[in-house]
Formats: sequence, C-alpha cells, structure tokens
Amino acid sequence: MFILITGLLLGGTYALIALGLNLQYGVARIMNLANGELLVAGGFAAFWAYTAAQVSPVAALVLVAPIAFVLNWLIYRIMLQPLVSRAKSRGALEVDSILATFGMSFALVGIMTALFGGGYFNYAYLAQPVDIFGSSYGQNRLVAFVLAAIIGLGLWLWLSYTRAGLRLRALAVNPSSARLVGIDTRAASALAFGLGGAVTAVGGALISMFFTLDASVGILFTMKALIIVIMGGVGDIRGTIVAAMILGICETAVARLIDPGLTLAAAYVLFLGVLLFRPQGLFGKKPT
Amino acid sequence: MLRRTLMTATATLALAIAGLGAASAQETIRLGAAAPQSGPLAGGAAVTHWPAVRLWVHQTNEAGGLQLANGKAMIELVEYDDQTNPQQAIQAAQRLATQDQVDFMVSPYSTGLNLAAAPIFAQLGYPQITGTAVTNQQPELAAQFPNMFFLLGRTGVMAEDTARVLVELREAGSIGNRVALVNVADAFGIEMLGISKAVLQDAGFEIVYESSYPLGTQDLAPIIDGAKSAEADAFIAWSYPGDTFALTDQAIVQGFAPSVFFTAVATAFPGYAARFGDQIEGVMGMGGVNADDPAFKAFVEAHTALAGQGPDFWASAATYATLEVLGQAIEAVGSADRAAVLTHLQDRANSYETILGPVNFNENNDNERYWTVGQWQNGVFRGVAARGRDGAVDVQLFDGWN
Repeated sequence: MFILITGLLLGGTYALIALGLNLQYGVARIMNLANGELLVAGGFAAFWAYTAAQVSPVAALVLVAPIAFVLNWLIYRIMLQPLVSRAKSRGALEVDSILATFGMSFALVGIMTALFGGGYFNYAYLAQPVDIFGSSYGQNRLVAFVLAAIIGLGLWLWLSYTRAGLRLRALAVNPSSARLVGIDTRAASALAFGLGGAVTAVGGALISMFFTLDASVGILFTMKALIIVIMGGVGDIRGTIVAAMILGICETAVARLIDPGLTLAAAYVLFLGVLLFRPQGLFGKKPT
Repeated sequence: MLRRTLMTATATLALAIAGLGAASAQETIRLGAAAPQSGPLAGGAAVTHWPAVRLWVHQTNEAGGLQLANGKAMIELVEYDDQTNPQQAIQAAQRLATQDQVDFMVSPYSTGLNLAAAPIFAQLGYPQITGTAVTNQQPELAAQFPNMFFLLGRTGVMAEDTARVLVELREAGSIGNRVALVNVADAFGIEMLGISKAVLQDAGFEIVYESSYPLGTQDLAPIIDGAKSAEADAFIAWSYPGDTFALTDQAIVQGFAPSVFFTAVATAFPGYAARFGDQIEGVMGMGGVNADDPAFKAFVEAHTALAGQGPDFWASAATYATLEVLGQAIEAVGSADRAAVLTHLQDRANSYETILGPVNFNENNDNERYWTVGQWQNGVFRGVAARGRDGAVDVQLFDGWN
C-alpha cells in the first residue's frame, strides 16, 4: 500500500512536470528544452510569494498561471512563430525549435541566477504528515497530487469536449490539414504553447512545496518530462498521465523492493520497452 | 632648441607614464577566482564559496590592502563561472593566468573541481590552497602537485569520526546496535559509505539497512520507509544538498526519529535551519565549527552584513581561511612574487593565524586540524568531533522531530 500511494504521489509530481511539455510538443510542435527552466521559474515565483508575502503556493497559482500563460504566448509569438513560418518540414521545425529553446534555457538560467542568486530555495508549506492506511505521507505531496489530477482531468475534458479543444486536437493530428478545415493554426498553436507554459509553471509552483530548487536544476526536469511525454504518446494528455503514474509506481516499487540505486535504470528500461514495442507511445496513434 | 625641449618633455612624460604604470601595477594584486555560478554545484558555491571569497577581498581592501615591502597593495578580484564543469574550470584557470594575468588564484569549489584544476594550477605555478576539497589522496596529491594545500579535511577522518561518535554513544548505553547507512551514488557517497561501514562493522554494529540512490534524487520516501521498517537506532546518510533536505523532510513526514540522525553536505547550511526551524535540534552532519569562538562570531557578523546571509557552519570559514593563509604568505614575502610565496607556503615551519585557529602544513601539505562532525544545538551547528581543534561540545541524543 505504501508503495502504491507513494508511487501515485510521485506519479502526480511527474504528471505536473510533463503535462505542459506535452501540450507544447504535441500540439504546438515545439520541442521546448527550456521546459524545466520554466518549471523552476514557477517554483521561484511560489517561493517568493510564500516567503515575501506569506501567500500559500496554492493561492499563488492564481497569479502564476496567467503570468506564465502570457509570457509563453509572447515567447511563441515573438521567438518561435518565425521558426514555424519558415520551416519546410516538421523535422526542420524540430531542429530549429530545439536549438532556439536550448539557447533560451541558458538565458533563463542566467536571468534566474541574476534575480535570485545561485543558492538553494525551499520552504516549509504543509510539510506535516497525513496518515493513509497506516503510513504517513507529506500533505504537500497530497495537495500537489490532487491538483495534478484536477489539472489533468480538466485539460482532458477541455480537449475532448469543447470546440477550442477540438481545434487543438486537430492541430495535434495534422497541422496542414487543420488549416484546410478553417482552423487558425497560428492562434491555436500560440494558445497551446501558452497553456503548456502555464501548466508547467503551475507544476513548478506545486513541486517547490517539497523539492529543493536552484536556478540550474531545470534540465533534470526537462529530461524527465521528455521521457514521460514520449512514453505516453505525443499529443495525448491521457498518455502523459498514465505514463507518469506507471513511472512513479515502478520507480517506487524498485526503490523499496530492490534498491533505490536502480530507480533510474528501471525508468529507462520501461522507456526502452515502450520504444521497442509501442514506438508511438502508450496512447499515441500509429503514423499512417 | 624648441624641438629638443619638446622631445625631452615628451620623453620625460613617457617615462613618467611608464613609471606610473609600474607603480600602479605594484599597488594592486590581481586575484582570480573561478567557481560554479551555474550548474549543479552553484547552489552550494553561493552559500559557501563566493560570499567568503568576496568578504575576504572586501575586508582586506577596507583595511587598506596587503602590506608589501614597498607599500600597501589593494586586491582586485576577477571572477569566472566554471559552470560546475571540470573542463571549464581548467579553461578558466588558464584564462585567468594568461589573459587576465592574475597574480594569484582562489582554489575552485568542491573536491571534484579542485582535483580537476590541480594539474593546471601546478603547471602554471599558482598556489592552490583548498577550502572545499575533502579527499583521502592528500599524500599522493601533495607529491604530484607540491603547490596544492588542504584545509578542510580527509574523507577517511570524517567517516571515521562519524562512526566513532556512534561507538561512543553506544558505549555510554545511549543507542543500540542497529544502523541504517545510505549514500548518494557518486564518488563522494560511495567512498564515505565504504569507510564508515568498515569502522562500524569492526565496532560490532549491525547494518540493518543499506542503500544508495542516484545523484539528484529528491523522492526519497522509500529510503526513509526502509530505514524505519528496519528499526534502525542510527541513520547515517552520505548525502548532497538536495537529498539532505529531502531525507530530512521525509523523516519528519514519516515520523522516523532514530536516536542519531545524520545527513552529510548542507546540514551545516543556514538554509537547513531556515527550512526546518527548531525541528532539527540534535540532527548531526558533516563538519562543524567552534561556534563560540569570537573570531568565528565576527566572521558570521561580517558575512551576514556583506552577503545578506550567514555562512555555513563548516567550509565557509575554511574557504575564508585559505585566503587568510594566502594573504599572510604574500605579506611575509613582501611582494606578489608567486614563486617566492609558494616557497614560503611550502616551508613547513611557517604557520598562519586564521579564523579556524592556527594553521600549518605537514609533509602532505595538509593542515591536520579540522572539524569532522557537527550537531544542531539550540539553533547553532556546533562541532562535536574534531581533530586538533578546541571547542568541541558534547554530543546530545536526538530526541525526535519537535
């Protein structure tokens, strides 16, 4: 039971890390290597709100999310739109966006170091235990899990049952055909990118409740997010959530039953398995 | 006639300018520093390394500079970010020596980066007085790089003393026989685990839980759960900052309170106390200081005033002391003559007064006086075990998370 709950909580954390990237990569077709830095920026914002103004990280989301959305929307419009317009193929866009966002990740690390210094950041919010079936878990992790579930479910419902969501899904399936049926792909891509950024920043704000962050730690989150998104299937929210949960439970089980040193190995074995047997990801559609 | 006067005047002027240049070159000593400002160790360097270096330069200049034979010399600090990358650390040292032509260099931050930079420091002929390198290879290193000096300690001694604290507690009847040992899976964690495990097993302790976790892991609930299920009396973690925080956090959440709770790097950071408050009363960690020493208290005050944050209770003071040693060696020589300063440092008869207390180097270029184990007591991380240093206080039993 301990393994299952700890694994689910960890999976919730992973979902928060990866959901935003899925929107950005799956829908807006931008392989955003600065994803982790945006996450850390969200964490810093929550840290700052909590220590400077005693605003709880959960309440800070009300501000973090829209600010991150606007910033990411602007980044897409100003920096990435030109790359999209000139790209001749999806491959070319991928290479360009990887290079551009890789550069952006360095710039963001620099900005955050300048603003906050290079030190470690953490704070104690809801760091008390809560008992479930006889074992104790951090309240902050539980809160993060619940919010991850709400965000994941909300995104899925929105994508599945609204018109705007339909547009994004059409874009995810085939950008050029989406334009043929009258979808403004530019606006929809910018929306997806901005939304992805907002989700990532929200994830960062929630994760900062129990993770020690510093300006340079973003790349670790990017790597994790990448694995989860590819594993779950690019452009599918359900896939990301399921992959995050599987990874969380698998890592926890290996750590508790075999050896904590093997968690990374377990994660990559799982990843390799998915790549070998379902290269399109758990929920991805086979290319036609 | 006019022409000659003009020429003489020009020549005099040129000479005067040249002379001025020579004089001003004497009046400043350029000090180069390359250490992490980004990358995985930037967080630690921002606590331990940079503020201490800047503080020494600031204080030395406030006092009018270093006293040389021909007057006072101000210090000019040239900083580079080595990105926590050994290759960058080497390039930065090279650049500092050749492009910036600094007179002296601050040693890099962390064991790994110091070892990486050692060959280039030796090749360029710069003294490398380390305040953040903990290693067991000091004899070999000193033989290979006679310009390398050590202030912080040796892994073997640190691990041994930690184990010995447990032995003493058990002899006093305060703790039982069951130990949980965990480590971060990198060179530091593996080495420390090996040494402490051997000492503990020789002393008849039972290792009831042992595991390692990958570098950068912060989801450590399974480890705490494992140690808790094993009913360990003592928990020893050879951990790095991120995991030190995460392990403590999880132990509090799961109510895991053995009689000894030890985490390694960052336990002595002021941020650790800021994060956990008075819950950490009795937690032990690596290093320590004589917190009641007036010199250390003055250091804390100046550090806080300049950097807006306190020093850590271990390597901050050692980093500061490396520059005190360097400064005193320069003053003793009376010039910024690098070779002469190095010779002075290599003369084992010389000793230096630092905030750590007196420092001198043995045949392995090692100052054999260091703090090995510390403990949070009343909001201060006090040294409870040391080699050759006074002021160690008695160990207290950890009585749970308050």
